[in-house]
Amino acid sequence: MERVPILKIGQTLFVSIQIDLQDQSVVQLQEDLAEELVASRATGVIIDITAVEIVDSFIGRMLATIGSISRLFDAETVLVGMRPAVAITLVELGLFLEGVRTALNAEQGLRMLNGRS
Amino acid sequence: MLDVAFSALTQKVKTGIGLSLMDMNSSQGRMADFLRANEAKLLDRWCDIVFATVRGRMSADEVRAELADLYGLVVRRVSDADDSAAGELRAALAALSRSRARGGFSPSETAVAVFSLKDAVYEFVADTADMVPEYLAFARSIDDLGLHTFEAYAATREEIIKQQSEAMLELSTPVVQLWDGIIAVPLVGTLDSARTQLVMEKMLDALLVSGSSHAVIDITGVPTVDTEVAQHLLKTVMAARLLGAQCTICGIRPQIAHTIVSLGIEFGDIATKATLADALAHALRSAGLKVVPA
Repeated sequence: MERVPILKIGQTLFVSIQIDLQDQSVVQLQEDLAEELVASRATGVIIDITAVEIVDSFIGRMLATIGSISRLFDAETVLVGMRPAVAITLVELGLFLEGVRTALNAEQGLRMLNGRS
Repeated sequence: MLDVAFSALTQKVKTGIGLSLMDMNSSQGRMADFLRANEAKLLDRWCDIVFATVRGRMSADEVRAELADLYGLVVRRVSDADDSAAGELRAALAALSRSRARGGFSPSETAVAVFSLKDAVYEFVADTADMVPEYLAFARSIDDLGLHTFEAYAATREEIIKQQSEAMLELSTPVVQLWDGIIAVPLVGTLDSARTQLVMEKMLDALLVSGSSHAVIDITGVPTVDTEVAQHLLKTVMAARLLGAQCTICGIRPQIAHTIVSLGIEFGDIATKATLADALAHALRSAGLKVVPA
């Protein structure tokens, strides 16, 4: 099973999803992220999904769940680099990811997090 | 299983046609001779009849050139001289009906171009009683050709309609850059699900390409807003949000505002403005920009 790496840059955790997401690796990512949040006491999480071309309802829900997990550790999640096709799919599925903030790219996402503190 | 049954059926149909053709062969031969012998007279009469229906949209020479080609092919088809004649005739008729359909001719005007050959031939055959069976066989084959023409005409018209609706869809969904980081999507015409899909795709692509974080959707040109249209608008806004862009809806006319409220449609936390100018001002403000007099 492939694992998604979690990078720490300053007070922000950076997760770039470059693989085809399997249900198992998604669960693993949630656990890894929770542990890393506790260990690093980060205040922000950036999830880069530029490389993600296909989503289903499970992955859509997972993205929202990661937002909720981060919020428990008082860290804000920003989802960056979503493809138009992915956005349309999520909307058609009725998943609006209410609790998660979004940005066009990683740069704007970082600015968004830094503006908060 | 089905294929076998089908091929058996087509085989049956083919042999059926083969038989009737064989019966007709002798009479077809006489008809071919007749057509060849009276070519000049028949062609003149045919051109006259067709030219009367054209009403100045084509010159007499054009009509004559077109029909002379067809006449030659019809004679070859009737005399059964070679196998390629039938195919060539059909192709020529398809080309004729295509050009008629594009030229704005009505269906009956197009069909008359073929059927009138029967009239022309009838006028000459009427005096000679012994040509009746030949004429009937000939009339039947012309009927087939007429039907073929009509089908080609209808297909061309469908094609034109499809092209036009595609062009209209393309024209009615422009995306313009209003400011650095602000794009506008002026919507004109009714919003159905096909349009919404196109608008969504074009807007999201434009957001991504231009790196804009604001989109203004102007619905001044949308004649009515019902729950379905509102649902489509909401979807578009939500998709833009997922990309990380804010959306403002503007151009809501008084009557439409009334309808929206009566229908109980909630736009939630989506910013709505009266005019494009207000929406631009709002977008500039939230981008941290200020317009000051020079």
